[in-house]
Amino acid sequence: MTAEPRDASVKPPNKTTVLLGIGIALAIGATVGLGSYTFVYAKGGSYLGNDPASCANCHIMQDHLNGWIKSSHRSVATCNDCHTPAGLIPKYLTKAEHGFFHSLAFTTDKFHEPIQITERSRRVTEKACRKCHQDIVHEIDTTNSSGATISCIRCHDCVGH
Amino acid sequence: MNKLAFKDRVLNFYRGRPLTVFGVLVLLAVVGAAGGTFLLVSIIERKHEAQNPFFRVVQLTEDTEDPAIWGKDFPMQYDDYRRTVDQVRTRYGGSEAEERTPTHADPRSVVAQSRIEEDPRLKTIWAGYAFAKDFREERGHAFMLDDQTYTERQQAAKQPGACLNCHASIEVPYTKAGGGDLMKGFEKFNQMPFAEARKLVTHPVACIDCHDPATLQLRITRPGFIEGMRALKASQGVKDYDVNRDATRQEMRSFVCGQCHVEYYFKGPEKRLVYPWQNGLKVEQILSYYDKEQFKDWSHADTGAPVLKAQHPEFELWNQGIHARSGVACADCHMPYKREGALKISDHHVRSPLLNINRACQTCHKWPESELKERAEAIQERTEKMRNLAMDALVELIGDLKAVRTANPTAGPITVAQDFQRKAQFYLDFVEAENSYGFHAPEEALRILGESINFSRKGQLALRPSPEAALQPK
Repeated sequence: MTAEPRDASVKPPNKTTVLLGIGIALAIGATVGLGSYTFVYAKGGSYLGNDPASCANCHIMQDHLNGWIKSSHRSVATCNDCHTPAGLIPKYLTKAEHGFFHSLAFTTDKFHEPIQITERSRRVTEKACRKCHQDIVHEIDTTNSSGATISCIRCHDCVGH
Repeated sequence: MNKLAFKDRVLNFYRGRPLTVFGVLVLLAVVGAAGGTFLLVSIIERKHEAQNPFFRVVQLTEDTEDPAIWGKDFPMQYDDYRRTVDQVRTRYGGSEAEERTPTHADPRSVVAQSRIEEDPRLKTIWAGYAFAKDFREERGHAFMLDDQTYTERQQAAKQPGACLNCHASIEVPYTKAGGGDLMKGFEKFNQMPFAEARKLVTHPVACIDCHDPATLQLRITRPGFIEGMRALKASQGVKDYDVNRDATRQEMRSFVCGQCHVEYYFKGPEKRLVYPWQNGLKVEQILSYYDKEQFKDWSHADTGAPVLKAQHPEFELWNQGIHARSGVACADCHMPYKREGALKISDHHVRSPLLNINRACQTCHKWPESELKERAEAIQERTEKMRNLAMDALVELIGDLKAVRTANPTAGPITVAQDFQRKAQFYLDFVEAENSYGFHAPEEALRILGESINFSRKGQLALRPSPEAALQPK
């Protein structure tokens, strides 16, 4: 068995290239390692699940979690049921968006207090009400002469927390 | 073809500048690692904050009077507490900082604006009483002791040591003066002349006046409030009420404020500080108590009427309002919860909620700040208009009474009109001296002012000849 003849156009790696390669590998490895540790330490995995306690990991949501535990919806809906849309992909896209912006806001400490829901998240929540209460809400929506959609949480703002 | 060309280009670029490429890649890794570390450290910090709400670096005891020592254990709360030196206006309340030249007798270089100069009707209403000499807008907690020590009222009339019940941190001085017994110390202080009692106190209201040093739980330290609440509860059929034993935590978040922000009087020659709640907290219930006790603060200089001066009855008026009914405590709006890192603390910078609308109001009322402010100010504007009407009516009654008395000091209807003045004046003052401009109970405030106008006008009518008499030929 003979070795395949080497392609003459590919030069054997010189010393610089090898050192560069090792350096880059170490730097990337360190970053990934640190990132993974941070992810585990910050319970990053818990955000993929459905446990409401995860939402209070970063402390801001503690009051909302406390409120939810006492709310009328605690036994029928978790945070995700009202604050993420239906469907696997929209759900995780929304989680990713919330995760990123919440982390950014809390790390930089720049946000309005008490925290306020964004317009997009409000729409998600409005739809969520209708997921379960469609039968009742349908009647209201169709009898509403103004044509505008009535907001559920304008009046029922305490049902969740 | 294109793909190959691209690959070649990248390789050529790399071969040409291997160090640049290396540098850029390392830089990216450095930024990534630094960002990751920053995040990690931030998360660690927050987790630790959440685990340890405070670090005990000094042991607090029942003798720890100085708030700075408490501040070592609770630096954030202490920092906020020190901010009550601010002088900020809201539209209808708050104090304006006015410069003054310090004198030996009064070393203050800044005071609040004079209310009696702002509205001279107050001088007429309080004629013959120390308040007609000097009455300024209240400043923050930090100034309570100085402003009471140096007010010109001290010269106008002899003030008792009882004033310090609410103008100083008094828990420790009471206990010391009473040889370990708070109630005995209270009784001793009440009777002392102000200057003598003043030497025994050091600080304005401090941590120990509201907090148990061992558990930091809220507790009541003012004997007048303990007795007042017992009398009030007894009138509601609750026997032997002990506020420190029977009040809920949420009630305590109002009661600690109600220790001082209340109507009171000094009873008898021993000047016992009493909260007049035996019949209830409403203005007519308080007045009926004073009537029964035949108490008057002074005789009006112009009319001789046995009149009363209402003091800041915030606790009483708040009790008639929707927020009290909904279980919202004083501290919920005046010391709202706030976040410091991962910690939730009560804002000890006690101030008008209108200066802190997002935390004070928006936690429950999810409307824009501007709208909430407008709603509050609309209530205050209505109250102010009604207050002005009531004040004009009262000043007119005082004018009439004075004129009739000068003409005929023994005229029959004078006593009747004097009684109407007593009523009108106490009702008006109940809202005027109250520090929310009606906000604590809008409908109740307007009712009280409406009744005050009615009393003033009835008093004026009593002084006029009846229609039958007017029709009689002279």
